[in-house]
Amino acid sequence: MSTDAHHDKATASLAGAILEQTGVPVDKCYQCGKCSAGCPLAADMDYPPSLILRMLQAGGPELEEKVLRSYTIWVCLTCETCYSRCPMEIDIPVMMDYLRHESLRLGMTSPRAKDIIRFHRSFLDSIKYTGRLYEVGLVVDYKARSMHLLQDVKLAPKMYFKGKLNLIPETIKGLPLIRRIFSRSSKAGGEDAR
Amino acid sequence: MKLGFYPGCSLEGSSREYNESVMAVAAGAGIELEPVPDWNCCGATAAHNMNRELGLSLPARILAKAEAAGMKEIVVPCAACYSRLKVTRHELLEDEELRRRISAIIEYDLRCEPEIINVLQFLDSRVMPAIEGRIKSPFDRRVACYYGCLLVRPHKILKFDRLEDPRSMDEIIRRIGGDPIDWAFKTECCGAGLSVSKTELVGRLSGRILEDARIRGAEAVIVACPMCHSNLDLRRGAIEKAMNRKYDMPAIFITQAVGLAMGIDPAKLGLNRHMVPVKFRERPAGKVPAGPESPAAAGEV
Ligand code: SF4
Ligand code: SF4
Repeated sequence: MSTDAHHDKATASLAGAILEQTGVPVDKCYQCGKCSAGCPLAADMDYPPSLILRMLQAGGPELEEKVLRSYTIWVCLTCETCYSRCPMEIDIPVMMDYLRHESLRLGMTSPRAKDIIRFHRSFLDSIKYTGRLYEVGLVVDYKARSMHLLQDVKLAPKMYFKGKLNLIPETIKGLPLIRRIFSRSSKAGGEDAR
Repeated sequence: MKLGFYPGCSLEGSSREYNESVMAVAAGAGIELEPVPDWNCCGATAAHNMNRELGLSLPARILAKAEAAGMKEIVVPCAACYSRLKVTRHELLEDEELRRRISAIIEYDLRCEPEIINVLQFLDSRVMPAIEGRIKSPFDRRVACYYGCLLVRPHKILKFDRLEDPRSMDEIIRRIGGDPIDWAFKTECCGAGLSVSKTELVGRLSGRILEDARIRGAEAVIVACPMCHSNLDLRRGAIEKAMNRKYDMPAIFITQAVGLAMGIDPAKLGLNRHMVPVKFRERPAGKVPAGPESPAAAGEV
């Protein structure tokens, strides 16, 4: 079906870039809607997954920008339900990862997703500082970034008495390598991880 | 028997009862679990959502440490870590160019030798054969086995159990004397990593899971992932708010259930650490557990 002319157009488009970078064939989607029917977060998204695919198929700068600015790509949990049910075996979660990285790279992240992204940043910072996730530090750092200072204050003492909070972070010996991994990965797709 | 072991960050912190119960059950079955030396965080959702190479390199360094230590198999109790390690291993084995690139980043020529084993595989293949016939106090409870997302999906990579209606955990529960229910939410998502940043969403998603288990007469939900556990246990307040009702049904790790059946002291299994107290209904010995609240609501199963 795909002629050379179509192919040329495809590589310039976001759908074409997705195919090239991840191998996910957006054009194979025939809009059966199974992905959106099973997606646990479809109701919270601005565009359900099948619509994201349709927008990418139609293409053009306007729709592509809407996709990259969508809340959908951030609220998607990588639960893999869509991929496991898609009759065309379209790997939507891998496509979502690519769209998130592009959205970060182009500075187009949805304002509604700011808490989710802040949380990811706090999480990665914790790994960068100790090599592991330090949960107490993560929550404190996230609260400072998001200004949701009172969230979960009631939970913390209970968790402490149940022995669920480590008050001292553990730092791994290989931390210098972890730091190098962060700086080398920063040049790849997605956010600058430094 | 000695096996490699990757606890992951949650098991050292907020889900330490999962670690305690894995260790207690392994020791009871005569298995030594040796941690991957100087292990790092797998990066979880944050790394692969934000940066592709980071999302692969962090798990790759764990594989490298295990491989360099000569480990052939690594037991990974956290379903999320299991998924990251399995997916990374798969991607690197499929794509030589990518394997080289990631090897350069982690400064180790990774061959991806260690196999990754989830907790259900570990229990089924190593623990159960060692304890069969030694069940001291059958776990004769009617329970909902909850698998969540990452133990079974993506099936093409994990190749574990049945995709929509997995059975391996139900089978383990049966072997320790329990009664697993048929229900609709075995593999529905609990809300996973949005626990802190979108707590209300987690309340709703995890609430639907508890509600189905309740309607069908489960006494507890059995889990195999620290994230699922903290969403169902720690986030009980958000669940009750979203569902507008109280739930006293505990969420228990599969290793805690197996440990109880082996006669291990509940405190050694960390059962006192849950937010929702682990209490079971009293019932006269030998009596059949209570059935679903109403067959109509539960649907024909
Ligand atoms: S399930 Fe697959 S084919 Fe169907 S709409 Fe979704 S992506 Fe398209
Ligand atoms: S992976 Fe994302 S898009 Fe797919 S079903 Fe899950 S939340 Fe929805």
